[in-house]
Amino acid sequence: MTTDVAIEVDDLRKDYGTQRAVRGISFSVRRGEVFGLLGPNGAGKTTTVEILEGYRERTAGRVAVLGMDPGPRPVALRERIGIVLQSSGLYRHLTVHEAVSHWAGLFRAPRDVDETIAQMGLQAAAGRRTITLSGGQQRRLDFALALVGDPELVFLDEPTTGFDPAARRQAWDTVRSLKELGKTVLLTTHYLDEAQALADRVAIIKDGAILAEGAPGELGATTRRYRVAWRDSAGMAHERETEDPTPLLHDLTGAALARGDRLNELSVTQPSLEDVYLELTAEAVE
Amino acid sequence: MSDHALDEPVRRARAQRTSVRWREAAWRQYRLERKMFWRNPSAAFFNFLLPLLFLALFGAIFADREADLQVIVPGIAGLAVMSTTFSALAMTLTYLRESGVLKRVRGTPLPTSAYLAGIAGNAITNTALQVALITAAGSLVFGLDWPQDWVALVVFVVLGVVCFASLGVALSHAIPNFDSAPAYVNAAFLPMIFISGVFFDADHAPGFLHAIAEVLPLKHLIDGLSGAMVSGEGVGAHLPALLVLGLWSAVGIVLAVRGFSWDARRT
Repeated sequence: MTTDVAIEVDDLRKDYGTQRAVRGISFSVRRGEVFGLLGPNGAGKTTTVEILEGYRERTAGRVAVLGMDPGPRPVALRERIGIVLQSSGLYRHLTVHEAVSHWAGLFRAPRDVDETIAQMGLQAAAGRRTITLSGGQQRRLDFALALVGDPELVFLDEPTTGFDPAARRQAWDTVRSLKELGKTVLLTTHYLDEAQALADRVAIIKDGAILAEGAPGELGATTRRYRVAWRDSAGMAHERETEDPTPLLHDLTGAALARGDRLNELSVTQPSLEDVYLELTAEAVE
Repeated sequence: MSDHALDEPVRRARAQRTSVRWREAAWRQYRLERKMFWRNPSAAFFNFLLPLLFLALFGAIFADREADLQVIVPGIAGLAVMSTTFSALAMTLTYLRESGVLKRVRGTPLPTSAYLAGIAGNAITNTALQVALITAAGSLVFGLDWPQDWVALVVFVVLGVVCFASLGVALSHAIPNFDSAPAYVNAAFLPMIFISGVFFDADHAPGFLHAIAEVLPLKHLIDGLSGAMVSGEGVGAHLPALLVLGLWSAVGIVLAVRGFSWDARRT
């Protein structure tokens, strides 16, 4: 396997009893990349990530994380990854500094404790017990604990769910700073704007299967569909979809000219990531 | 990464570090658990002050009645073994599991066994401190003799710790969430301390209660402690007690290991 691949997933499957949570997904994440798994709740994102983190056994498929099989939870792998879980408890009676410094001691080559606390914007709270922190501060402590071991690869499972907009922006800045540090990031989210803002590449996942994959800007284009919309002179809105807009436009404009009509507000657009996401996950949204 | 001259010493230091890594990790975890224990008022009260408070109150009530004191001192030593291991571990592990601390720790390089050793070490330290304080108070404050058979005392405290610690871990697997943990723990703990002769001689209890106490481990632990502390009967005089405690330990260990979950029940 090449060294510039951080995560390789090939036909991964996971069943819980008769329920098929993950139905054969494949993707790979390059080193230094922020990869987003985007999908509605219950799509299989967390199951996938927890298999990669070594928390769950897979039913079938091949998985390599930093070149290792996460199944047996090798220490060599746990030394090199950082995990931010969807929700996880803290030692309530420790201060922020004590918690980060204890965590640093679990790794062979940790980062500087004070620097990590400062980078997460927790200097002012360093001496406070974790039980007194706000939700946003606790999340930043989650990041600090995941980063103090200086991991190459960071897993972020729904890092901003339940956040207010300001806390979300802060968390986004943190993820961007991870990328600047050269870390590889695997991010799950059900927020489209989050995937767009942070991820270099996105896989849209639903019902345990990947529906589309690519850079956020290209995802719409991969469907190769164009939407042509206009308004007739009576003010009625029309919309057509086509894989090739050229003959369609030729016909439309030809017919309009022949009638002496106008195609008001004529537009040719490719669906945005949002359109693709909404369309692909339509049933789940209800 | 850095200076080449450093490579060899660094490598050797790392190899050496690997060999001491487990002990170091367990020791760090143990010290952290001790620190957190004293900062948690409810743990410090229930697992440390309460048995001593019982001893002070019953000691005052039974002052100068040597026969009663000879029941209450080993009885409270047995209670202390149970509360510092069984109750404490059932509560702690339920909290750690349900709050997600266990899962978070599981994702780090910390060896699992070193982590659990740190937690167990914290509980056992409380047991040792309690039994030492109760024994010392029995002699220095209440005027009883020092324990007659130190070997038997150590044997029964160790067996009591193994038995009740494993049962406490096993119980935590049955507790669905942290809110209900005190109910589960006390439903087992309170009836057992009342029928097992903590506060009175269990042989004087009504027949059916006596029969129930006979199949549970606490009465046998207290019998063994009483033999060691008061009458000077050695380990050999309490073979049935050893057998019952051994059986409960075996059951506890099997259930503790088999049901262990790092994940919260709510998922």
